[in-house]
Amino acid sequence: MKLPIVDHPTAARPFVTNPKRSPWHDKALWFVRSKRDKQAKGVSEWEHLRELASEIKTHTVANLADYLEKFEQAATNLGATVHWAADAAEHNEIVLKILRRHETLRIVKSKSMLTEECGLNHFLENNGIEVVDTDLGERIVQLRDETPSHIVLPAIHIKKEEVGETFHQHLGTEKGASDPKYLTEAARQHLRNKFLLGEVGITGVNFAIAETGGIVVCTNEGNADLGVSLPKVHIACMGIEKLIPRFQDLSVFTRLLARSATGQPITTYTSHFHGPRDPDSELHIVLVDNGRTRLRGNSEFRDSLNCIRCGACMNTCPVYRRSGGHSYHATVPGPIGSVLSPTRDAKSYKSLPYACSLCGSCTDVCPVKIPLHHQLLAWRKELVGRGLLPVSKRVSMRFASMLFQRPRLFAVAGKCGRTALRVLPHWMTHNRLNTWTIARELPSPPRESFREWYGRNRNDD
Amino acid sequence: MNASTSSRRSMLDRIRTRPLDSNPLPTVNPSRMTTYSDPVQKFVEILGTVGGQAHIIDRPEQIGETLNAIEVFTNARRIASLVPEAIQGDVDPSCFDDPHGLASLDWVVAPGEFIVAENGAIWVDGRSLPHRVLLFIPQYLALVVSRSQVVNHMHEAYARIGTPTTNFGVFVSGPSKTADIEQSLVLGAHGCRTLQVFLLP
Amino acid sequence: MPVALFVPCYIDQFYPDVAVATLELLERLGLDVVFPEAQTCCGQPMANTGCASETAPVARRMVEIFADYDAVICPSGSCTAMIRHHYAEYFTEDATQYEKVASRTFELCEYLHDVLQVERLNVRFPHRVSLHQSCHGLRELRLGGSSESMTPRVDKVREILELVEGIEWCTPERSDECCGFGGTFAVNEPDVSAAMGRDRIADHLATGSHVIASADMSCLMHLQGLIRREEQPISVMHVAQILVGRPVTRPAVPSNPSEAIR
Repeated sequence: MKLPIVDHPTAARPFVTNPKRSPWHDKALWFVRSKRDKQAKGVSEWEHLRELASEIKTHTVANLADYLEKFEQAATNLGATVHWAADAAEHNEIVLKILRRHETLRIVKSKSMLTEECGLNHFLENNGIEVVDTDLGERIVQLRDETPSHIVLPAIHIKKEEVGETFHQHLGTEKGASDPKYLTEAARQHLRNKFLLGEVGITGVNFAIAETGGIVVCTNEGNADLGVSLPKVHIACMGIEKLIPRFQDLSVFTRLLARSATGQPITTYTSHFHGPRDPDSELHIVLVDNGRTRLRGNSEFRDSLNCIRCGACMNTCPVYRRSGGHSYHATVPGPIGSVLSPTRDAKSYKSLPYACSLCGSCTDVCPVKIPLHHQLLAWRKELVGRGLLPVSKRVSMRFASMLFQRPRLFAVAGKCGRTALRVLPHWMTHNRLNTWTIARELPSPPRESFREWYGRNRNDD
Repeated sequence: MNASTSSRRSMLDRIRTRPLDSNPLPTVNPSRMTTYSDPVQKFVEILGTVGGQAHIIDRPEQIGETLNAIEVFTNARRIASLVPEAIQGDVDPSCFDDPHGLASLDWVVAPGEFIVAENGAIWVDGRSLPHRVLLFIPQYLALVVSRSQVVNHMHEAYARIGTPTTNFGVFVSGPSKTADIEQSLVLGAHGCRTLQVFLLP
Repeated sequence: MPVALFVPCYIDQFYPDVAVATLELLERLGLDVVFPEAQTCCGQPMANTGCASETAPVARRMVEIFADYDAVICPSGSCTAMIRHHYAEYFTEDATQYEKVASRTFELCEYLHDVLQVERLNVRFPHRVSLHQSCHGLRELRLGGSSESMTPRVDKVREILELVEGIEWCTPERSDECCGFGGTFAVNEPDVSAAMGRDRIADHLATGSHVIASADMSCLMHLQGLIRREEQPISVMHVAQILVGRPVTRPAVPSNPSEAIR
């Protein structure tokens, strides 16, 4: 499939220049980041835990084939059915086949970025199946026919008044009502009925344990548990990087995940499923590749497979907070998304590694220590190597390099530039052709550079 | 050979054709982690911050007394209790074959196995529930657990569980909640609206 | 053996007083300082664009120029980080000379704090000051503790500024958020970059600060550009200028503000 080319600065412009939207979005996410800081401070071994998590994930990715087989064996022994999907299409077909076998018309689904990545909802809907997202944020974006703008807080870009309007339209809430408590209660009633009618429950997976064949699902709302405790069939969809080797390893990740994600000490529900509920029930686990084994083969970007999808890098990213998740045009936005998306299609997502000031906050916040900002920098090299940098930029960099290798020419060029800035009228140097000056003044050019001053004052030769 | 089998082989092959060196798995040393001088007190404090309410009691009968002082409990019409020594329910969940029948439950009183100080979580073993939905479907939930069964942190928690021998187990930390509308915290998303935790000796 | 002064290209051309202040400061502290005039730029604009082959010759000549000094001192965390952390790939064949330079290149405050261990400066700066932490100083060079990291670290820039008498400290709410400069990022993503800068200025203004101080002039160049365009009542100064007791200069407004693009 050929994807359109995403130009992040253009895609971000309507959001970032909206004075009612961007600062509000920034503050909401900064609040989450601050809660995360408070939680991390409360754990004196925080940095040790990050180190452990990183070591465990790196080891798992290296030995992934062994752990996948081990997981399959253990899960099968418990009575679960394990499926393997090479790509999104196969994943969707596997799910549909299970639903067809059970003659299912309605499914309830909890949050799963993997199914978002695979476009499962639309695929099932096109096949006549009603899909109900049960996470409140996901339900909001589903009713609005949007996509999540954040992997943990799917509706973070939507204002409560807009939720009120959507609920008025779809759930019959009072017109103009925007109280979150009232709206949440309305969603609770609406989704209760959907839960009771759901014939199959689909969930994502936060962790899959190779040693025991179990899966762990974390939610705050309890929607995953409610969704799979009523029907007899539970389908759990996971990327193969969700694996961890040992049951005990969960201790490290459950301490890091919610603290990093939302600043909670742990999610409200951390549910451990080992095999189907009872002999009459079914548990299907779909292991999805969709580019992951290829990414594993790439030594530069392999570390991004360690991601546990906590969203902390989004909450802390000054660019994400101001430009909103939709500006990335990807299932996973923000810093980790800007690393992952070009691995799928470098040309289409070539602007994302540049949507970053290289501040490094994401790297320091990441609970599994992915060197995110260095990976974004590595992507830029990769893009240049593949000839995907616009020619104008490449030419200006060649020119700069040439200049910096010739100190005399550099000094002359600097002097000419400063003189021009001083003598030319303001409008000639400050106009729309100069991106710097759209919002900012250029520095006032001094008459003398430092090297000229030094020559006059210190150099006796 | 079906498609899934061939995908299985191609995925495993693609991984195996690219062998990677790796360090052995690290040993997680629980004694390196933060412990608390009074872990029960820490649990009570943290549970409060996540929206739950802890009650330290001496006798199971006090559970009924405490619950009867809660308006939503006295108004409740359908109560299921899995802790009969604490309170008698009026619905026997083990009589239901289909969990959908439990949808109208107001209250469930259920036993927990142990508590975790660092995050206010209670480990509930699926074996103690005739239907696992009992934990998620009632409007209100009360868990009963012995406060002598306390661990400091998740490392001790998982060490205590050892190898899972049950098909379902869950850490519950506070009532169900969401902040999906403008980061405003609302208790009672899809699961219980409140969580009472009774800590017996 | 003299120490070498490494002056970032934009400081050389646009902010010579920052380099003069750095030189004066080091001389006052008794050092024999030279400015090797063959130096130009560390190559960061090309490197951060991903143009490795354009960066390589610039990196190699920089290392050669600075190879024979006991120390290379630079009034920029970002340019120091470039040499220390991002040069290795250009010296894969023989890294001896590079490793020597990398281990002897210091950011100014880091050098004052770690090597000279300066304890007195005899300088006054009786103003309300807020510190802008540069990202590369903080998260690449670890000149202080970043707010995300739980590893305790000494804040070297702040400790050196604490030696100056009379500073009334103002602390912004977000202690180390990026200003949005980011080199070519400022022109690639002009809207996001300007929004980030405006937010930083508002945060500093809200503290009642009169001077934003930083060890990286590039952040300040971007913030100053916004301050002057929007005529905000706050100045920017490089730490070196404060350490030698330069007076506060009011931000000059554009020569013809009516022509400024709104």
